[in-house]
Amino acid sequence: MNAVNVKKKSEFARQPIGDQMLLVVGYVVLGIFVVAIIFPMIYIILSSFIDPITLQNKGVTFDFSKWTLTAYERVMTNAQIWVGFKNALLYSIEATVLSGAVTLLAAYPMSRPDFRGRGFFNVIFVITMFFGGGLIPTYLLISDIGWLDNPLAILVPGAFSVWNMIIARTYYQGIPRDLQEAANIDGASEMVYFFKILLPVCTPIIATISMWNFVGMWNSYFDAMIYLNSASKQPLQLVLRGILIQSQPEPGMVSDMQSTAERAQLAELLKYATIIISSLPLMIMYPFFQKYFDSGIMAGAVKG
Amino acid sequence: MSKPSTNVTARKSGSAWIRSTLVYVRQHWQLYLFFIMPAFLLTIIFRYIPMGGIAIAFTNYNPFQGIFGSEWVGFSHFERFLSSPDFMSYLLNTLKLSIYGLLWGFPAPILLAFLLNRIISKSKKQKIQLVLYMPNFISVIVLCGIVRILLSPTGMVNMLLGTNYNFMTMPEAFRTIYIASGIWQGAGWGSIIYTAALSNASKELKEAAVIDGANIIQQIKTVEWPAIKDTVLIQFVMSVGNIMSVGFEKAYALQTDLNMGASEIISTYVYKKGIIDGDYGFSTAVGLFNTVINVILLLSMNAIVKKMNDGKGI
Repeated sequence: MNAVNVKKKSEFARQPIGDQMLLVVGYVVLGIFVVAIIFPMIYIILSSFIDPITLQNKGVTFDFSKWTLTAYERVMTNAQIWVGFKNALLYSIEATVLSGAVTLLAAYPMSRPDFRGRGFFNVIFVITMFFGGGLIPTYLLISDIGWLDNPLAILVPGAFSVWNMIIARTYYQGIPRDLQEAANIDGASEMVYFFKILLPVCTPIIATISMWNFVGMWNSYFDAMIYLNSASKQPLQLVLRGILIQSQPEPGMVSDMQSTAERAQLAELLKYATIIISSLPLMIMYPFFQKYFDSGIMAGAVKG
Repeated sequence: MSKPSTNVTARKSGSAWIRSTLVYVRQHWQLYLFFIMPAFLLTIIFRYIPMGGIAIAFTNYNPFQGIFGSEWVGFSHFERFLSSPDFMSYLLNTLKLSIYGLLWGFPAPILLAFLLNRIISKSKKQKIQLVLYMPNFISVIVLCGIVRILLSPTGMVNMLLGTNYNFMTMPEAFRTIYIASGIWQGAGWGSIIYTAALSNASKELKEAAVIDGANIIQQIKTVEWPAIKDTVLIQFVMSVGNIMSVGFEKAYALQTDLNMGASEIISTYVYKKGIIDGDYGFSTAVGLFNTVINVILLLSMNAIVKKMNDGKGI
């Protein structure tokens, strides 16, 4: 540890004075950014444990007699939160599988220089990145199909992502072609080659795209807001919207409180706990994917 | 020079080309049926059919009569929107939100990437990146929930300032809130692509520059900037192409009755007019207006970049 420090110090000291000052300024800016991210998060975490009245009057306190788990109890025992969790998990998994399949499959022919019709499909796909019918025509189409209040409405229309297809295509193109030639000589069909030979060496890009799809579905609310009306089908973000944005806690969360003031205070406190509980799963999951970000994103996006 | 002759051969061998394509398709039918077909059908149904639905913008659309049964009104929806007193306000709100957002938000990840690139210790860099990426995984709703909590009259910001402003009801605060929270959430994640490009910068070139006594500014000028220039340009064109499609989700979640003067943008207006009020024709027209401006911006931006970048656009 000590040796490392000494080495670094000397590396820093070896640089000209002007550079040293610039580096210090840079590190300070970076430090401010890091603190600006962490500080509000810690504030929210601490606040979620504090008695609502104390919180409103004094703010965060380390007088632990004022700490309470009420908010967590009330949020965790609320049925609608769990319905939201269950739906969000279900939709996110479905979206990841469906969208991943369609996108990764389509990227394969698009990655082959010999594929007849490549130019045609490319134009058809890329146009949709910049031009579309807009909200109302899409909404009316979904409604004509009969998918209002049907989860298919939030899963199927966006299942094919041109952007992700381009990234996967670029990644495939980086795989040595002799792999494919060897497969062709063996008489392997396209399907066999794709699933047995190509996909296994594309884990970084599969992981990256899957994570984007999962997080994207987990965190979105707009499509669910316009297409899904029944409470039993709503994903977590819509339930959260009621609590956090519209300040309308789920019935039962605060109804036992006597006065409106108490109810309002409790509703405020519930927001903190709700934020923590709802964000925890992704916060825990994402570091495990971090190792794929660099290789996956670098391969696809920089060249693409 | 050789172009005309290739054209002639192409024309001559037209039928041969068709034949060879047929052979190709027969040999590689799996590529068409299993690989490309699902994506193609989804694109046609959910992207191109709605484009046909744009015709709704020229009718007094009635769901029971369909597009052709509904009364044809020509450009009257566009006239109504363009001459309405709110038009300028919505358009300016949209443009200001995205242009200011671009001015502040675009350089932020590039700056972060340069700073991260100066951290020698790998493990420290990784830890900092872990923190910087984190906000990206918070949902729009939770982000806006946090913003509302921190900015409430009794919230953290007011406590630190010793004041009790209600920021969420102030139209003049809306854009700052929107853009600052966007940088808070997205700058770290946005830096990944530049960090990746920077790591492609030639190590030898950098070492040579250091040996030659280049200071940091000179290193950035000669080694690092050239390594990320193309990425920056592409990202910039893409961002400009998205100027008119500033996120509905966040603007809507940060809207309050009182900050509407700054927070009502075209996309939120389209949603309210169309989905909530059911004024389909008018709402589609407003949305189309938005898309067309967007496409014009993208094409002109691409042309400018092409000129600046020796004929290379996207």
